[in-house]
This record gives sequence, structure tokens and C-alpha cells, in this order.
Amino acid sequence: MDVKITIIDREGTAHEVDAPTDMAMNLMEVIRSYELAPEGTIGICGGMAMCASCQCYVQSDTELQEKEDEEEAMLAEAFYVQDNSRLSCQIPITEDLEGLVVELAPSEE
Amino acid sequence: MIKTDILIIGAGPTGLFAVFEAGLLKLKCHIIDALPQPGGQLSELYPKKPIYDIPGFPEVKAGQLVDNLMEQIRSFQPGFTLGEKAQHIEKQEDGSFIVTTDQGTKHHAPIVAIAGGLGSFVPRKPPIPNIGNFEDKGVNYMVKDPEQFRDKSVVIAGGGDSALDWSIFLADVASDVTLVHRRNEFRGALESVDRVKELKDMGKIKLITPAEIVDVHGDGQLESVSVRKNNNPEEDYTLETDYFIPLFGLSPKLGPIADWGLEIEKNAIKVDNTLDYQTNIPGIYAIGDVNTYPGKLKLILCGFHEATLMCQSAFAKIHPGKRNVLKYTTVGGVAGFDGTKKEAPKSVIRSID
Repeated sequence: MDVKITIIDREGTAHEVDAPTDMAMNLMEVIRSYELAPEGTIGICGGMAMCASCQCYVQSDTELQEKEDEEEAMLAEAFYVQDNSRLSCQIPITEDLEGLVVELAPSEE
Repeated sequence: MIKTDILIIGAGPTGLFAVFEAGLLKLKCHIIDALPQPGGQLSELYPKKPIYDIPGFPEVKAGQLVDNLMEQIRSFQPGFTLGEKAQHIEKQEDGSFIVTTDQGTKHHAPIVAIAGGLGSFVPRKPPIPNIGNFEDKGVNYMVKDPEQFRDKSVVIAGGGDSALDWSIFLADVASDVTLVHRRNEFRGALESVDRVKELKDMGKIKLITPAEIVDVHGDGQLESVSVRKNNNPEEDYTLETDYFIPLFGLSPKLGPIADWGLEIEKNAIKVDNTLDYQTNIPGIYAIGDVNTYPGKLKLILCGFHEATLMCQSAFAKIHPGKRNVLKYTTVGGVAGFDGTKKEAPKSVIRSID
């Protein structure tokens, strides 16, 4: 089953995409699979919460899983962080994400 | 001038394994890497994390895989230029290349294999307006020579190991050390966190949390920084300091290689995947995560394969027309450049009376 997610890219364009819930994907991987940010500017560490290149701002009030320590720690050193910042690689695609709206944070430099 | 057969740029798993495959063909290798230790991402980002898709290893820690590769290539005596970034490439009249690092070390080879992964690891720079104007004029992104800070005032920003470790070290060198971090929690090694707390209680480190440096000021040379506490611009204040050292870890950038005239697509180097992973410049190959072609997968095991085919092609270029057949290591053994030879023990033939 797919869920509909809206991703606002770094240029401000909104894309409504279908994200599969049965492929063990995370949000960063969905963004990459739709090529909504240039390769090499997102998901640089591969999804280990070790860089902040997949940072996004959550704009809907969708209930998300709590941040784990690694994500908290990385966000503590990331740039352009806001209260609604998340690392999209730490958000698994589940049915609860239907209607989620996120905006990509600017890339560093 | 360092001379070799294949100059490899990048000491990650793909670059390291290329040394082995080249060695089987009696080709010598030299590796340049911007990091001070071999292993690339595996050593720098996740040495303690397990990898599950290396054929034949149900589970191997990234650091262990690097150790194994170093052991596997030891007898082929690769040279290393570590802690230097490949900067310039110059094609010679005979078709060979001279590659010069950012520190001026020159390397000469007929073949260049770029195994640069995601690029060279460079310090992450905080998005502070004007910070570019003060680089090396009071703003340093790494500590190269601690003596530079003797009896000077230093502001360090960051919450990881390097911020903690340098705060501890410089507490005994600098006249005063201020550590600024966005959270009250630090994620470094426990003993480093404890030591910083001790030094803080002793008055040797000033700790400002949760806070960040939002601006830098000075007339040519850095004179002060603006500190924002609690994310509240109304609390901003100015802190005089001789040096500001932001330590937010490293991130990979393709860097100068992007300007070498290679065909780049999606931040990666386009190669011929139907044959030998050569780039648009004959004699320059790109292997591992740094390259791209239809169906490319950024996997270590794919990098190993690409390194192997690249070496065959390099051999044909270095020794045109020379006979060469693939030899199984089980049959031919491995003859190192150091005189060692590994080979399968001969089976014993004896009759049973």
C-alpha cells in the first residue's frame, strides 16, 4: 500500500508523491527515488544519521516516531535547525504518514 | 616526485582492493587520501558499524574490513600520501599524468584511478555570514598546530568528540577556552565529557550552552564573535576572542576533481561501464562510489569488481601488446613485491600399499 506524501524541494516546489509502505523505505530514500534533490546533496552518509544532508522541516501535524539519540545528536550539530527539524532518513514510511508534508532544509554551502 | 604504475586517489575499500588486483598483474600502486588514515568513510564515519553484504562475510565491522584489506595488500607495498588532497592533474606529452596535492606533493603515473567515494572529507562550515572573510585570520576549521593558540583566547563551537577533545587539550595551552554548544548534552566519549566538566568546575573551560555563534567581527583579523543564547536574538552578546574554531565534523565534497575536465553527472564521474570504467579522459579511470553509469549501485562489492576490471585495462595500457591471462590465486598464488609468496600447499601423492 502507498501513502501520499508532499515534499517541498529546496526551490520551494511542492511534489505530491506515492511512498510504498512495504519496501522498508525511509523518507530520505523516497525523496532520492523521486530525485527531488540532486544526488550527492542528500543522504550522503547513506541513512545512518551521521550527516544532516537529509534534514527536513515537518509542516503537517502528522504523528511521527520519536527521535532516537543518534538523530538528536546529529541535529544538535546540524545547521539551519528549527523546532520541526527531522532527519528524513530516520522516518520510516508507514501508513501513519498519509498526508505528511515536509520541506527540505537548505543544503550546507 | 613519487613514481608509480597506478596512482589511486582515495584510500577507501575500492582503492585499497585495487592495489591487490594491480599487484597480481605486477603493477605498483600509490594512494593519495585527504584523511590521515586509510579506509575512507569506513574509518572516518562508521568504523564500529557492521556491514552485511560483503560476499563471504556474514557480518564484518567497517574498521575490520579496512584492517583486512590493508593486510591483504601489504605484500604489494603500496605507497601512501595521506592527509593531502589531490588538487591538480597535468597530462604529459607521453600520455602520463602528474598529480599534485594541496601540499605540493607530486605524483607521476601512466594511469590514474579515482576511487574518491563521495569526495574528500572537509570540515563542515557553519553558515555564519562573513565567516569566509576571517578564514585563517582568526577562524580555523581544524587544529593543525596547537602552539598557534598559546596564551591566546579561543572560542570552540561544537558538541562532538573533536570539540570536546580540543577544548580539553587547549585548556592547558590557550589563555582561555570557551566551548559553545547548541545543547546542554554532548555526544562525545564519556570520559571526554567528564573531563570537560572537571575543567569547567576548575574554571579552565568556560561553557556556554545552549548557545551558538551567529556572527564574527573584526577589522581584517578576528576580534570578537556574537553569541546567541537559548536561540533568542534578544540575548545576543559579543565575546572578544583571538580565535574561533568551529568543529562540526567533516563532510565529503568532490572538490578539485570536479575541475579536471571529467564528465560529471549527478555529482559523480561518468565512466564506460561496458568495458573498464574509464572516464572521458583516456588513462583516467573512476571506480567505486565516485563513478556513475546506467544501473550504478554504490556498494563496496561493486567497487571491488570495478577495481578488478580497471586493473586489467590499466595493464593493457602500460604494457601494450603483452600477453596476459587471468590467473586464479588458488593456482598461481600471490607473489608480493616484498619477496613473500603465498600459495596453496601441494597435495601429497602417495600410494597405499
